[in-house]
Amino acid sequence: MKANGGASAGRRFFIRCAVRASNATILVLLVSATSSLAQESHVGKLTGNAKRGRASYERYCIFCHGPYGDGRGENAPYLDPKPRDFTAATFKCRSTPSGSLPLDSDLYDTITRGIHASGMPSWKPLTRQERVDLVAYIKSFSPKFREEQPAAPIEIPPEPPTSKESVQRGAELFQSMNCWACHGKEGRGNGPSAATLTDSKGYPITPFDLTSGTRLKCGDSDRGIFRDLTTGLDGTPMPSFTDAMKPDQIWDIVHYIAALRSAAKGSTVARGGPNPN
Amino acid sequence: MKKYLPVFIVVAGFLSAGMPGSSAQNTASVSGTVKFKGIAPHPSRIDMSFDPNCAKAHATPAFTQDVVVGGGGGLENVVVYVADGLNGAPPEGDPPPAVLEQKGCVYQPRVMALQANQKLEIKNDDATSHNIHPMPVNNREWNKTQPPGVPIEESFAREEIAIPVKCNIHPWMRGYIAVFKHPFFAVTDKDGNFDLKNLPPGTYTITAWHEKLGTQSQKVTVAAGQPSKLEFTFK
Repeated sequence: MKANGGASAGRRFFIRCAVRASNATILVLLVSATSSLAQESHVGKLTGNAKRGRASYERYCIFCHGPYGDGRGENAPYLDPKPRDFTAATFKCRSTPSGSLPLDSDLYDTITRGIHASGMPSWKPLTRQERVDLVAYIKSFSPKFREEQPAAPIEIPPEPPTSKESVQRGAELFQSMNCWACHGKEGRGNGPSAATLTDSKGYPITPFDLTSGTRLKCGDSDRGIFRDLTTGLDGTPMPSFTDAMKPDQIWDIVHYIAALRSAAKGSTVARGGPNPN
Repeated sequence: MKKYLPVFIVVAGFLSAGMPGSSAQNTASVSGTVKFKGIAPHPSRIDMSFDPNCAKAHATPAFTQDVVVGGGGGLENVVVYVADGLNGAPPEGDPPPAVLEQKGCVYQPRVMALQANQKLEIKNDDATSHNIHPMPVNNREWNKTQPPGVPIEESFAREEIAIPVKCNIHPWMRGYIAVFKHPFFAVTDKDGNFDLKNLPPGTYTITAWHEKLGTQSQKVTVAAGQPSKLEFTFK
């Protein structure tokens, strides 16, 4: 009995140590998990909280974007374009310069608007608070949001009125800036380099058909197109033109693009159409 | 006392070796050649016809350059660097800007190396607009259009070996930028030669990286004033 008592006392001691060690591990894991869940977001007057955002994410987003936010959810193999990998912190639709993190409002706008011609729907049915909370949780997937700040948003000067001359200048810039190499001479997305394009994950990607009349991914207004040309769509072959052109020239290209889009058969996009946001 | 003198000198030598601005006698160097063994893969012709500004820059057609072997079997464009063994902070320095040129619609140099936060000047010497698009994993990804003659200045904050660079307008264009936290790196020339200078004496792992043929590492111990020789062979 004594031997048994000695052995079981040793076992009890061992079990106590193991429990304490696993408790400590759980505590460390919880602390590290909650430290990223301390991530906050600010959009307008609302403050988002990653802990609440996590609940919404696991209800609405996890099937495409995955439990680790890396874009490898269960649905991902069947989707084209692929769901965003939040761990890379590279986003298409931003108001910050190329290479910079997005603003909280950029992520909020993308969730609200959805991304046309992709599997990402508009999440307007969620409340504004839910969407702001989701922004906070999405930011928690990449340490870059803790280590860096987004750059200052780009400035969008007032749009000069369009004119035949502006559209003509835009057409000439479309040539000299080599937009046609991807978007094609007529803007139909069939340029000589179009078939070679891949996004930064290596998946084939097609340049936008500017004559199709369909919606653009990051917002449809003239201001939206100006912003896309200035910030570039990071993670895709679409570059930023901020080093290449002055704002007036970018507006000329915007007017040329608007002319292409409204000339398309059956286009529902009016010149300078309303911002669907 | 006399018999301890050599000890003092050696110790003093080691103590001063790690300090910035140490004299050449107290530093070591590793130089050598990277060779390619076997039959080099055939380069393919690049068709630049869709952009006449590119095509006319080449009197004879340009060829792909992913494996470039020189006359003596030397392998060009290999990044050779100290992967392990450096202790302490790297020597302070303000290196001049590194330069990447787009000439004849090709990146020159194809493979380059620089330090984290070192300025990189990107030049477009062609008559056509380029689109400079590095695709890092460890650094921020950006993508900019660059018309002829407009300079762009950038830098990379984190170590990464190596960042592929592409031009979406001209799909054959390919470059690589290796970013290091320390200054002990070199890119082999057309004869496969490299030279890592001003190394503090010690034991190091030297790694050779090639864009297609992979990486190889070797350990070497270097002593002050005794240049070491190293050879790598890729197949």
